[in-house]
Amino acid sequence: MKLELRGITKRFGTLVANDSIDLTVNPGEIHALLGENGAGKSTLMNVLYGLYTADEGQILLDDKPQDFDGPGDAMAAGIGMVHQHFMLIPVFTVAENVALGHEPTKALGALDTAKARQQVIEISERFGFNVDPDALVEDLPVGVQQRVEIIKALSRDAKVLVLDEPTAVLTPQETDELMEIMRQLASSGTSIVFITHKLREVKEVADTITVIRLGKVVGSASPNASTSELASLMVGREVELTISKKQAEVGDVILKVEDIAALDDRGQRAVDGVSFEVRGGEVLAVAGVQGNGQTELAEVLLGLRSSLSGRGHIELTGQDVTEASVRARLDIGLGYVPEDRKKDGLVSEFTIAENMMLNASYKSRFTKGLSINFPARAKISADLVKEFDVRTPSIDTPAGNLSGGNQQKVVVARELSRDVNLLIAAQPTRGVDVGSIEFIHEQIISERDAGKAVLLISTELDEVLALADRIAVMYRGKIVGIVEPSATREQLGKLMAGVSA
Amino acid sequence: MSNNEDRFSQALKEILAGGFTRTIISVILGFLVGALFMIGSNPEFIESLGYFFSRPADALGAAWSVVNEGYGALFKGAIYNGDADTFVKAIKPMTETLRLGAPLILAGLGLGLTFRVGLFNIGGTGQLITGLIFAVFVATRMELPFFLHLPLAIIAAVVGATLLGALVGFLKARTGAHEVILTIMFNYIMLYFFTFLMRDPALLQEQAATGNPKADPAAETALLPLLLGDEFKLHWGIILAIVAVFVFWWLMERSTIGFRLRMVGYNPDAARAAGINVERTYVLAMGLSAAFVGLAAANQALGTQFGLTPSAHANIGFDAITVALLGGSNAPGILLAGLLFGAFKAGSPSMQVLGVSPEVLGIVQGAIVLFIAAPPLIRAMFRLPKPQTTNVLGEIRDRIFRKGGAK
Amino acid sequence: MSIVELSKEERIGFKSPFIMGGLGLLVLVFFGLLGREGDSTFLLSRKDDVVQLPELPVDSSTLGLVSGLLMLAIASYSFVLARQNRKSPMWLAVIFGLLGVVALLGWLATGNTIPVAFIAGTALVLAVPIMLGAMGGLMCERVGITNIAIEAQLLTGAFLAAVVASITDSYTLGIIAAMIGGALVSMVLAVFSIKFLAQQIIVGVVLNVLIIGITNFLYQQWLTEDAENVNFPGTLDIIKIPVLSDIPVIGPVIFENRITVFAALVIVPTLYFVLFKTKLGLRARAVGEHPLAADTVGISVARTRFWWVTIGGMSAGLGGAAMTIGGGGAFGREMAGGLGFIALAVVILGRWHPISAAFAALLFGFSIILRIWANQVSPGFPTDFIAMVPYAVTIIAVVAFVGQSRPPKALAIPYTKG
Repeated sequence: MKLELRGITKRFGTLVANDSIDLTVNPGEIHALLGENGAGKSTLMNVLYGLYTADEGQILLDDKPQDFDGPGDAMAAGIGMVHQHFMLIPVFTVAENVALGHEPTKALGALDTAKARQQVIEISERFGFNVDPDALVEDLPVGVQQRVEIIKALSRDAKVLVLDEPTAVLTPQETDELMEIMRQLASSGTSIVFITHKLREVKEVADTITVIRLGKVVGSASPNASTSELASLMVGREVELTISKKQAEVGDVILKVEDIAALDDRGQRAVDGVSFEVRGGEVLAVAGVQGNGQTELAEVLLGLRSSLSGRGHIELTGQDVTEASVRARLDIGLGYVPEDRKKDGLVSEFTIAENMMLNASYKSRFTKGLSINFPARAKISADLVKEFDVRTPSIDTPAGNLSGGNQQKVVVARELSRDVNLLIAAQPTRGVDVGSIEFIHEQIISERDAGKAVLLISTELDEVLALADRIAVMYRGKIVGIVEPSATREQLGKLMAGVSA
Repeated sequence: MSNNEDRFSQALKEILAGGFTRTIISVILGFLVGALFMIGSNPEFIESLGYFFSRPADALGAAWSVVNEGYGALFKGAIYNGDADTFVKAIKPMTETLRLGAPLILAGLGLGLTFRVGLFNIGGTGQLITGLIFAVFVATRMELPFFLHLPLAIIAAVVGATLLGALVGFLKARTGAHEVILTIMFNYIMLYFFTFLMRDPALLQEQAATGNPKADPAAETALLPLLLGDEFKLHWGIILAIVAVFVFWWLMERSTIGFRLRMVGYNPDAARAAGINVERTYVLAMGLSAAFVGLAAANQALGTQFGLTPSAHANIGFDAITVALLGGSNAPGILLAGLLFGAFKAGSPSMQVLGVSPEVLGIVQGAIVLFIAAPPLIRAMFRLPKPQTTNVLGEIRDRIFRKGGAK
Repeated sequence: MSIVELSKEERIGFKSPFIMGGLGLLVLVFFGLLGREGDSTFLLSRKDDVVQLPELPVDSSTLGLVSGLLMLAIASYSFVLARQNRKSPMWLAVIFGLLGVVALLGWLATGNTIPVAFIAGTALVLAVPIMLGAMGGLMCERVGITNIAIEAQLLTGAFLAAVVASITDSYTLGIIAAMIGGALVSMVLAVFSIKFLAQQIIVGVVLNVLIIGITNFLYQQWLTEDAENVNFPGTLDIIKIPVLSDIPVIGPVIFENRITVFAALVIVPTLYFVLFKTKLGLRARAVGEHPLAADTVGISVARTRFWWVTIGGMSAGLGGAAMTIGGGGAFGREMAGGLGFIALAVVILGRWHPISAAFAALLFGFSIILRIWANQVSPGFPTDFIAMVPYAVTIIAVVAFVGQSRPPKALAIPYTKG
């Protein structure tokens, strides 16, 4: 089936997420939609899928204009979607999840479970998915859950399959399997829209590439185009993430981590025997594909997640903090820029000033006895807003009203203005505009140059290479190697795929 | 359009979108709903409907007179009685409103506190009863001089309520059980326990046991003294309430404790990452909340010369939820909301005398908070603007006061 | 949940064996070793029953002793199972509970008789409003809407059933009016939570205040003035199902009742079937667990929620009718008296499962009749404590077994998109 988008525009308030986007996907084609995080790819696909209604523009299938009132219409028209966050119900079986929405029934509206199972088995066998229809989805590994999503789409006779950042949660091996599945589907006539920001995958599997940036189509390319060509289209400038920095002057060991392990929310081992040291004056970057335990590692270091007891320990400036509370660690001088600032870094309803004292509400420069020291807070906040170039009408503006980049600056300002010995920055530039990225990078480097230890956790290889003095690569909860930043991308890639150097 | 005009219309928009406007509208709508019920159940009005099209003025007149009479009686009974022959009698209604509003304000502060922390404390009744048990014990089973007895009885009430509140917080923090269920269950458990205590002369039953569950009247040394002399029933409970309002304001808006409580309420994840022990905060919040409810219990137990019965909680625990909601869970709002609903209680008898069922005020109360509960509803009904993201009002206020505001 | 660190690999459940052991010990000591002297006589038949079973006199303290020992035996078996990381089966817990109840009845009625059919039958009748209210609440919660307003729905149903039946002289119309009334309250809850995204718990509490206000007002202004014409409905006829009602014990308890009881006994298994075996139920549960996922496969979250909540309201409204024309007759001021909140507890105690919830409702019904009966056979016994038991059980259940019972994931969370 041929899919065509014409002049799609979608606004959220004043933000234009999609600005008259045109896109054509031919039958049996793998069409990659390439763009940075926040470029508007997912919005576009949600419009296509009927979850959002476009403010302007048209969707055509085989040249017939469509009018989707909800995902049901899109599905009926032959569009299937595998969302970045799986749309599966954890407590249902695979068969129930696949059947949901177009359930086979017997008399009295009773579910025909046998038929539902049969459907799963059929598709699963046709493509060699190897999925048990009776397994509860919550018990399945992520890669298999994704296959359930694909089965779901195929069971509805999807002629156009949209995959939204499908590899973000996959291991390299699972990624390769997915690529194989995509080729197989395309050769059987399904059109595939593959949304990603990973250049390697695009070059490997796509037939056509469309690049979007800041909600606009900025060009298209063939998979033969060079990586730097694609990258510069994507970010809109010559990629120059190499920040000028002096040679590191390495000092004492600030953070010492020895053989720690932790479980994730589902009770699986996420961090498995990790050891490393970070010294003052250096940036240690933890690289790796998302979902290999980096998030949990950061939480263990801050004390949000307890490490498995009786195993390993964490030392901060010589003190054993393995069992210490979050507050104790903050007091010793740990600064933390969380991966998800909206969830862990800010209170959106609080004003900027209030957010500046978020983790300093016990005895600090913001307090006077049991009271808040309002004049001091106003002054400090105003100074920080200026110093860190936070664009805001006033310090009394709720943080939730700021743009992503400015929110992140508030977090960075707060953490760096405290007297920290160690800065843990997890994905510090995710969803942040280019200008702010540079600024935040400079701040991190100046922290390092001031003799502080910096632990940078990032899935963006460019960021890692630009900032790190040493790079630790994490794979399946383990550190598989620590290398110099002079290492080649190929070397790093191998490590990230779990092949030890 | 000039910049100034632009600012003016922006500020107007902010006022309309603000909580205050919505609250006023809700209160008016609530009274309208009550009026409809009064009119609809009025026999003369129903009769006049029969010939509505020939003489519509009759129906409208009947409707007007019933509403006028009803709410007029409420005003006379709750604020100022213009018909009274003496000044004392004329202003007595006002003092009754203060007297009956005090426990609502106190308990309303308590429940408002938990709402700010993102908890739903439906257990005002249970906590109030626990406070009553402690206070009644001190007030009826101990003999002490006045300057010790009253403070001790008040403290006992607060301690009792706080214990139950903190227990709920502890169970929630420890096991993740939902506080709504816990508090509702404790309401009933405490109610039955209170009744049990008042059935046994060895425990809290009155000396002149009649077989019914009832406690002795509080010792005179433990009573809250009258505030305006013998002619009024108003006692020091209202002073307690006003002091509590100030304490609440300082606690929630000015202190670091309140800062952390609010933080946990808005975003517990961020609070955790900021080094705050969220679980302990839940215990603290439930305890503090119940402490305010305990003051309401003190007011109930020590503000009357009669012995308490199992129904002494007077549904204050639930009414306080409506007080906290109408008052927006902030100190001045709760004060006003408590006085409004206190006025309802004070005005009931004089409505009764006129043959208008004061139960209609229950409808008004429910309707007001129902409108409050859904801001988009009011906005849609009156085409009010959405809450604005700019803060012109704040800037104007800053210019007027020129100081670091209480933000 | 805060304590996520306890992984699946490390979870062992020794809580229930220990609680069972403690309860068994209590029965053994208080009803057995320290039990009362004398016989208790279990009456299994009523005087006019077709089949007469002999009376069963037993020594009260021996009964306590035997029950206590059996309960301890079950507790230790459950402990053994837990050691092997296996769950104790449900029927074991049921037997355990029954043993405890028998011991308690025997102890209370020392020197007296125990009318088994009467107690069980009344427990069922008293449980019906709770059961129907709980089914209503369950239907709401399964699609992700918290319903604190069951109390309001019961009250509305009770009021309308009494008034409409009195005015029209038709019980059918009374029941229909009650169900419509319950549904209307539900619709307000649904519209506020789905369209206006209001806090569901708040809306529920407020609806209770409003409906209590309205029924109180109308009761005082209208029902007390003109009771004969508008609040004198009488009660539904008792229907005896032929043959089945002659079965000893079970017959009079179950098959000789008013239509409201039969309705409850049909609604519970029907709801189970619909919820777990049909397309409608699958969709409803999907909406309650992961509304966005349901939306992406073309299920309208708003519509599903609206109709389930509304039909749930009809069930609760019927429960209200069971209080007036299905039992007490005339409507009384605030007559729901907290049953709506009990229904809420029952939903949780029953772990959002219709059958378990129905049994939980029976527990509450039993506690109500037990309290009344204990007062007669055993004067001076602090019956307030019996009244407390179900609430305490609910607290223990939510505190001790919170990890094992999972509410619908999206409960009380408004669904928005775009």
